[in-house]
Amino acid sequence: MAKKTMIQAITAALGQAIEQDDKVLIFGEDVGKNGGVFRATEGLQEKYGEDKVFDTPLAESGIGGLSIGLALEGFRPVPEIQFFGFIFETMDSIGGQMSRMRYKMDGTRQMPITIRAPFGGGVHTPEMHSDNFEGLIAQFPGMRVVIPSNPYDAKGLLLASIHSNDPVMFLEHMKLYRSFREEVPDEAYEVPLDKAGISREGKDITIVTYGAMVRESLKAADNLAKENIDAEIIDLRTIAPLDMATILASVKKTGRVVVVQEAQKMGGVGNTVVSEISQEAILSLEAPIGFVAAPDTPFPFGEAEGIWLPNANDVEAKVKEIMSY
Amino acid sequence: MATKKNSELLDFAALVNDQEKDFKMVQILNEKGEIVDKDHVPDLTDDQLIELMSKMVWARVLDQRSTALNRQGRLGFYAPTAGHEASQMASVYAMDKADFVLPRYRDVPELIQQGLPLYKAFLWSRGHVEGNNYPEDLHALPPQIIIGAQYVQAAGVALGLKKKKAENVVFAYTGDGGTSQGDFYEGMNFAGHFKAPALFIIENNEFAISVPRSAQSAAKTLAQKAVAAGIPGVQVDGMDPLAVYEVMREARNWAIAGNGPVLIETMTYRYGPHTLSGDDPKRYRSAELDELWHQRDPLNRFRTYLEGKGLWTQEKEDALIEQYKAEIKEAINQADKVEKQTVTSFLKNTYEVQPQNIVSQIETYSKKESN
Ligand SMILES: Cc1ncc(C[n+]2csc(CCOP(=O)(O)OP(=O)(O)O)c2C)c(N)n1
Repeated sequence: MAKKTMIQAITAALGQAIEQDDKVLIFGEDVGKNGGVFRATEGLQEKYGEDKVFDTPLAESGIGGLSIGLALEGFRPVPEIQFFGFIFETMDSIGGQMSRMRYKMDGTRQMPITIRAPFGGGVHTPEMHSDNFEGLIAQFPGMRVVIPSNPYDAKGLLLASIHSNDPVMFLEHMKLYRSFREEVPDEAYEVPLDKAGISREGKDITIVTYGAMVRESLKAADNLAKENIDAEIIDLRTIAPLDMATILASVKKTGRVVVVQEAQKMGGVGNTVVSEISQEAILSLEAPIGFVAAPDTPFPFGEAEGIWLPNANDVEAKVKEIMSY
Repeated sequence: MATKKNSELLDFAALVNDQEKDFKMVQILNEKGEIVDKDHVPDLTDDQLIELMSKMVWARVLDQRSTALNRQGRLGFYAPTAGHEASQMASVYAMDKADFVLPRYRDVPELIQQGLPLYKAFLWSRGHVEGNNYPEDLHALPPQIIIGAQYVQAAGVALGLKKKKAENVVFAYTGDGGTSQGDFYEGMNFAGHFKAPALFIIENNEFAISVPRSAQSAAKTLAQKAVAAGIPGVQVDGMDPLAVYEVMREARNWAIAGNGPVLIETMTYRYGPHTLSGDDPKRYRSAELDELWHQRDPLNRFRTYLEGKGLWTQEKEDALIEQYKAEIKEAINQADKVEKQTVTSFLKNTYEVQPQNIVSQIETYSKKESN
C-alpha cells in the first residue's frame, strides 16, 4: 500500500489491466512515448511494448471506430480521448454504435470498451477542454458513465470498467488528478460499477453529488457540522445508470436532500436524480429538493471560472436554506 | 481446372510507389539565402521585401515575449510559433484585408496582422471574452481549438464569398496532425465540389504534440491528399518566405478565378514546446533534428538575402526589435486594464432572446457579482 495521487492510481490500474488480460489495448493521441498529456500512460509503452500501448493518428472518430472494430475481434480496448471536449468528434461511435451494439445484435455481440477522458473545471484550460458533457453520454442506453472522486475509487472503478463487457465512459476530473493523495492498495481490486459510495455518514440531510463536487461537499459538511448540521454525502461514482437504491435509502433516513453537480443546470445528471427522488420518495421529504449547479452558459472563459463553478460555499448555503425550510 | 495466369492483373507496389512524385517541394530561396529558382522570384519591391522581413522579425519577437510573459504568469495559454515565421507571415503577406482567416491555436500572429488588436490577443490567451470581441472589419474567427473544425467551416465561408461574388478567399490553417481528422477531408472535398475559393494550409511542423508526421498517415506527403478531393496540392518550403509568398499569391489568384480550392503544405518546424502547459519536446524528438531545422531558419536566410541586396542591417533589426518590444509592453498593460468579465454578461450572450432560466439566473448572478 502506498499513497498515490488519482493519476498515479489510474496509471497503476492500466498497467495491471494489461498484466491481467493480454487482450487489453491502450491507445490514443500521445499516449505512447509521451505517456499522455497528463502522463496517465507514463511508462506503459516502455514496459508493455508498442503492441499493447500505441499512438493513433489524430482523429477521435478514428479512435472510436478502431475501438469498436478491435472489440469485435475479441480485444478489450481502453482508448484515451485527450480531453472530453473532443468527444463530439466521436459521438457517433459512442451514441450511434457501441452503446447499442449488444441490443441491436440481440445480445450476440459485446463491446468491452473503456473510453478514458479528462474533464472538469478549475484548471484554466482553453475552451472545449473542461466542459462537463457527462449528461450527454448518460443519455445513451447501453453506456455506463463512471466518474471517480478519489484515488482509491479511481483505481478500482477503472479496473471494474475494463473488466466489464459493456462500454464505459470513464471520466477523470483534471482538478483531482494531483490535488491530493491517499492510500491505494498495490494489488488489483474492483470498486463495483452501478454502486454509489457514501463519503460521509450523517442524519440531517443528504447531499447527492459526484466528481470534484464531492470534495466541495465534504468541505461544506465540515463547516455545517460546526453548526450542528450532520450531512450525509453520497458519491454517485457511476452517474449512469444510477444507483437509486442507495440514494433513496439515505433520503428516507434524512428527509432532506441537496443535489450538487458541477455541470450546468439544464439537462444533466442532477435532474435525473431529482426526478427519481420526486417519484419514489416525495412523501419522505420535509423540504423541497435543493439543487446546486453551474449557470446555463457554455463552460466559461478561464478567468471567470471562480464565480461560474459551484463550490463549498454554494453547497453550504443551499443546505442551510433547505434545513431552515 | 483453371489455368494459371501468367501475371496478376494489378501491380499494387507500382500503384503505391511514387505517389508523391508530383509533390516536390517548391523552393526559391535556399537555406544559405541564395536564390535557387530565379524565374519565380516574386515581384516584390525593395520596400515590400523589407516589410516582409520586418513582419517575420515581429513574429519572432512576439513569440519570445509571449513565452516570457507566460512564464511570469502574465499570459495564459500559449502555443509557440518560432520557426513558423515564413509560413505564417509570408502567407499573410499574400492576403487581402478582406480575405477570411480561419486559424488554429498557433495562428495568432496572422490574426494580429489582419487587424486583431494585440491586447485582445493577450486577453484571449488569458481566457477573457474580450479577446474574442472582434472588430467588424476583421474577417476571421478566433483560434480554433477543435482540430479540423476550421476546415469544414472554410468550405462554407468560401462558398459564401463566391455567392456574394466577393473577390476574396479563405485562408484556413491546420497542422500536420490536423490532416488526420475526417473534417480535413470533408472541408477540402466540399470546397472542391463547390469550387469555393479556399486555401487549405497545412503547417507541417513535423510533430503533432509528440506524434511524428510519419505516424499520422502512410501518405508520403500531405500535399498529395489533395488528389482525393480532386483539387491541386502543393508542397512548399515553409522556411522560405519567397516561396511561401509566391505559392500563396498564385493559389489565391487561381481560387478567385473560380477554379476552387488549393491545398498547400508548408514544411516547417516548431522550435519550442507544443504549448507552455507542460510539454517537454525532449521526450519525443532529438537535439539533432532541432539543429537540422535551426539551420533552415527563415529569418537567417532572408536576412542573408536582404543584406546581400543592401536592404537590411543589424542596426535596423535591433531598432525594430526595440520598437516591437515596446508595443508588446504597451499591449499587455492595456490588457491589464480591461474590466473583469462576469457570468452575468455570459448569460446575456447565451441566447438572442432570454428564456426563463436565463432571466432568473441573471438575477442570481448579478447579485452574486455585485458583492
Ligand atoms: C479534436 C481535437 N483533438 C485533439 C486535440 C488536442 N490537441 C491539441 S493540439 C494537438 C496536436 C496538433 O498537431 P498539429 O495538427 O500537427 O498542429 P501543431 O500543434 O503541431 O501546430 C492535439 C492532439 C484538440 N485540440 N482537438
